[in-house]
Amino acid sequence: MPMIANISTTETAAKRQADNTPASSLDALYKSSLRVLRHLLRNPMTLAGLMVALLLVVVAAFAPWIATHDPVVQNLANALQAPGAAHWFGTDEYGRDIFSRLVYGARITLYIIALVTIIVGPIGLFIGTVSGYFGGIVDTVFMRITDIFISFPSLVLALAFIAALGPGLEHAVVAIALTSWPPIARLARAETLSLRKADFVVAVELQGASSTRIILRHIVPMCMSSVIIRLTMNMAGIILTAAALGFLGLGAQAPLPEWGAMISTGRRYMLECWWLVAVPGAAIMLVSLAFNLLGDGLRDILDPRSE
Amino acid sequence: MFVSTASVLGARASGTARRASTVLVTLLGLLALTFFIGRVMPLDPVLAVVGPDADSSTYDQVYRAMGLDQPIWTQFGMYLNDLLHGDFGNALLTGHPVLEDIKRVFPATIELATLAILFGILIGLPLGVVAASNQGRMGDHLARVITLFGYSTPIFWVGMMGLLVFYAWLGWAGGAGRIDLAYDGMVPDVTGLLLIDTALARDWEAFTSALRHIVLPALILGLNSVAYISRMTRSFMLEQLSQEYIITARVKGLSRRQVVWGHAFRNILVQLLTVVALAYGSLLEGAVLIETVFAWPGFGQYLTSSLMLGDMNAVMGCVLVIGLIFVALNLISDALYKVFDPRTR
Repeated sequence: MPMIANISTTETAAKRQADNTPASSLDALYKSSLRVLRHLLRNPMTLAGLMVALLLVVVAAFAPWIATHDPVVQNLANALQAPGAAHWFGTDEYGRDIFSRLVYGARITLYIIALVTIIVGPIGLFIGTVSGYFGGIVDTVFMRITDIFISFPSLVLALAFIAALGPGLEHAVVAIALTSWPPIARLARAETLSLRKADFVVAVELQGASSTRIILRHIVPMCMSSVIIRLTMNMAGIILTAAALGFLGLGAQAPLPEWGAMISTGRRYMLECWWLVAVPGAAIMLVSLAFNLLGDGLRDILDPRSE
Repeated sequence: MFVSTASVLGARASGTARRASTVLVTLLGLLALTFFIGRVMPLDPVLAVVGPDADSSTYDQVYRAMGLDQPIWTQFGMYLNDLLHGDFGNALLTGHPVLEDIKRVFPATIELATLAILFGILIGLPLGVVAASNQGRMGDHLARVITLFGYSTPIFWVGMMGLLVFYAWLGWAGGAGRIDLAYDGMVPDVTGLLLIDTALARDWEAFTSALRHIVLPALILGLNSVAYISRMTRSFMLEQLSQEYIITARVKGLSRRQVVWGHAFRNILVQLLTVVALAYGSLLEGAVLIETVFAWPGFGQYLTSSLMLGDMNAVMGCVLVIGLIFVALNLISDALYKVFDPRTR
């Protein structure tokens, strides 16, 4: 990198500006994100998805200021109130304000999405780039393992992991992560295969760069954008799986205000108090819808042929 | 959720021998994974069996009986040997062998999933075709919205809202379970599929009761398939409609309808077989949730109730069976593709 910087004269800088070639990898990342953002803003559906996703982040960040009541403190005198002025979405069987629980629940939803994504991204990138770059036996072994994980429906595999690990929020995160890395690995592998024989990779190989260096410094950055898009597309699925685990009582445990767990406990009172189930479910649907819209928009950018 | 089409196409390209060995490796891998999750990952598998109050001699006995003093490879060999003899161990809940339990509960799930996939095909296919032939217009937008909701709604929640509205409020649907209690066990068990059994017994009251019970969960379970099938149909149709033979047919003077249904749709039928097979597999996943909501005495409910009890034999048996069904569905869709598409011969 420094060598290239040394030889860049004002002349080449001017030339770069003319044909719009990025001056550095940072510049390239900035320019490509700008392009993605412009595309996103052009489609109203995608924009709506982006707004809801941002709203989720804002609500999670400012939960104590937005919530009208404490999400955990019980007030039995106030139990099972219908939605009204005092409690916008009513109260649950312990007299807790459902609106406030939803607001705090946004934190849990975001926590699960973020943690799963942070775990799955590097694992998928590692397996995909390594098997794509080295090929041969490494590729065969890694891809067989990926196939095996894909052979199970993800919820069922997640259930199996939780059966072994025991219920709990962290275990649910681990279980979801263990089931959602294969698509990322496949994508990273496909990208790596297309880069494997590219001139710039051959050039650094000839300069004597190690495999580790080539993968980390030259191949991974090139896979980044499509992997990030794919990770965003996965988020709706993560939300639904996490909610399903919460509903089955295997994810977040009481008194945590996780939306799926709220539905699970509200089930007992559903016939008289519909809001215990209807409201958290609507929240799950809204957020999952938003991430699906966002994912659709991103996929159109990644693969314009799909539209 | 679904095996990507790319993998299916990639697998199809390779030779049959290679394919067979791949399947064998995948199967072994499935077994290794369930072995790992079921026997290696739990902190103490013996404790799960004997309970916390057992004395040390009982503990040692069970420890040796489970083969835990053997090397891990021997243990895996024993595990494989047991499975090949159809021995999945006994379930804690019922005391029966797991495989027997699974055989007993499976028909209920098959009945539910089959009705759901029929619903998915009946709605999803026309929706996808309409969307593709009206690209960018009303029909397309409608299909897109339906698809989006199909993918985004938590299915267990729709199930509960459905029970609330159509059972508790309107009284249209039959509520939880497969049939009203009055008819439970009244007809001889022939196929295990209640709709067929009641029809065979010519007990039409029981048949109506079973029908009233199955329609709602099947419709809701099928939502996901509607979304998936319509989305795939749309993209297959778009690919066909952009081909030159479509223009030729139109220039020849055929109506739009004839071209869409007679030419383009016929050409995507083979591809749709694969989609339907994969959709059917993923219904088993949705069934875990829908059966819990509707107290449907099938495979999914068996899996979740075993999970609550920490019954590893039953859980791993179920997981393994689902994995095997998935692999089988993939193989079947591949085989169908070869049979129906002359180009692959």
